Amino acid sequence: MDKRVANADVAIEKLFDGATILVGGFGACGNPENLIAAVLRKGTKNLTTVSNNAGMVEFGLGLLLKSRQIGKMICSYPGENKFAAQQVLDGEIKIELNPQGTLVERMRAGGAGIPAFYTPTGVGTVIAEGKEVREFNGKKYLLEPCLRGDFAFIKAWKGDRWGNLVFRKTARNFNPVMATAADYVIAEVEELVELGSLDPDGIHTPGIFVNAIFQGTNYEKPIEKRIVRKRA
Amino acid sequence: MAEAKMAQAGNIKEKIARRIAQEMRDGYYANLGVGTPTLIANYIPAGMDVVLEAENGMLGIGPSPFEGEEDPDLINAGKETVTELPGSCYFSSADSFGMIRGGHVDLTVLGAMEVDEKGNLANWTVPGKKLMGMGGAMDLVAGAKRVIIAMEHTSKDGRPKIRKVCTLPLTGLEVVDMIVTELAVIDVTPEGLVLREVAPGVTPEEVQKVTEAKLRVAEDLKTISY
Repeated sequence: MDKRVANADVAIEKLFDGATILVGGFGACGNPENLIAAVLRKGTKNLTTVSNNAGMVEFGLGLLLKSRQIGKMICSYPGENKFAAQQVLDGEIKIELNPQGTLVERMRAGGAGIPAFYTPTGVGTVIAEGKEVREFNGKKYLLEPCLRGDFAFIKAWKGDRWGNLVFRKTARNFNPVMATAADYVIAEVEELVELGSLDPDGIHTPGIFVNAIFQGTNYEKPIEKRIVRKRA
Repeated sequence: MAEAKMAQAGNIKEKIARRIAQEMRDGYYANLGVGTPTLIANYIPAGMDVVLEAENGMLGIGPSPFEGEEDPDLINAGKETVTELPGSCYFSSADSFGMIRGGHVDLTVLGAMEVDEKGNLANWTVPGKKLMGMGGAMDLVAGAKRVIIAMEHTSKDGRPKIRKVCTLPLTGLEVVDMIVTELAVIDVTPEGLVLREVAPGVTPEEVQKVTEAKLRVAEDLKTISY
């Protein structure tokens, strides 16, 4: 078994107009930079992207917003990309806001064969509109449907040709969950390593979830808010 | 003039942070929101182990990195560069919100636009204003064992933020336990809002004047100590 592909362009050959893509990352941290660049080159249109944020104006999903390839965003905090906010206000793109924990749990459920679940998050808010509310042990919960993608774009630190993945620090975030919840899961890694060299006890995403893997290049990894301490 | 105003605002935020830091207990797992709540980390008493959670997937947030040691793979939920401490750990967003929703987080401190006398909270959007999103706020207030609001007592144009009924879209229903402002410490109780502490030199009447909801003054009303 060998899930390696040459590069991001080959990896997204099957991507089609109107596809739903789960895109890993939290802000600019842990973004599948090579895959996003490949989508920009391919020019695929009318995409639905599922991601916590909306990228930055010149980075991440922000690039696909700028090129007007995204028709709908499902996210929890698009706020820091002014361009995204403007496109939503202008009615150019649709947006579906989910509480962050609901967003990730919908994908966890989607990857784990659970069609829907009850959550206390959002009871009594706009999020509850049109949703079933049910009481368990005297407390109210909302019924939320699971969420899956046609594709998932995952960014990991290391991976092997079977698709086993290891993430680094907070670049893990949504990535391992999204890797479970799409029909075709592509992982880009900073370092593709020999099969058997990853510690089996330390693998975060088992290869069963991954369909294609390649080693990315030229990672930009911008820092959105550089806060530093002065040396004494 | 502008500088003096900014210095005063900084002072207000630090005072609020100092007071809330007194609510920390040894062994707490706490999630601090963006802005003033983040400052609380600076005032946790020495020798007390409080483990700070970042909802993007980390327990044990350390101080800001030294210049040149920033790591783009290591940020807090406000997307600021941070460091790890001995005992830190990383996990996925699903595990993170499992912790939060599952009631494993002892305390969360968040900012607010409005809180009302039932402890309803509005802190994520103002209709017609810039689109932001709720991020993890709805999950945090639904799941944390205790919710403290850190905010200035009135809005920038002087209107009360502690209302009879919230007018802005809600983040959570009956979720707030305590409100700490530059003027007062207020508990949310089943009988309504109780004024527990006032800032030095401030009277309960003065606090009530800038509060829309009715405050009951605690019998053992105290002065906030910083």
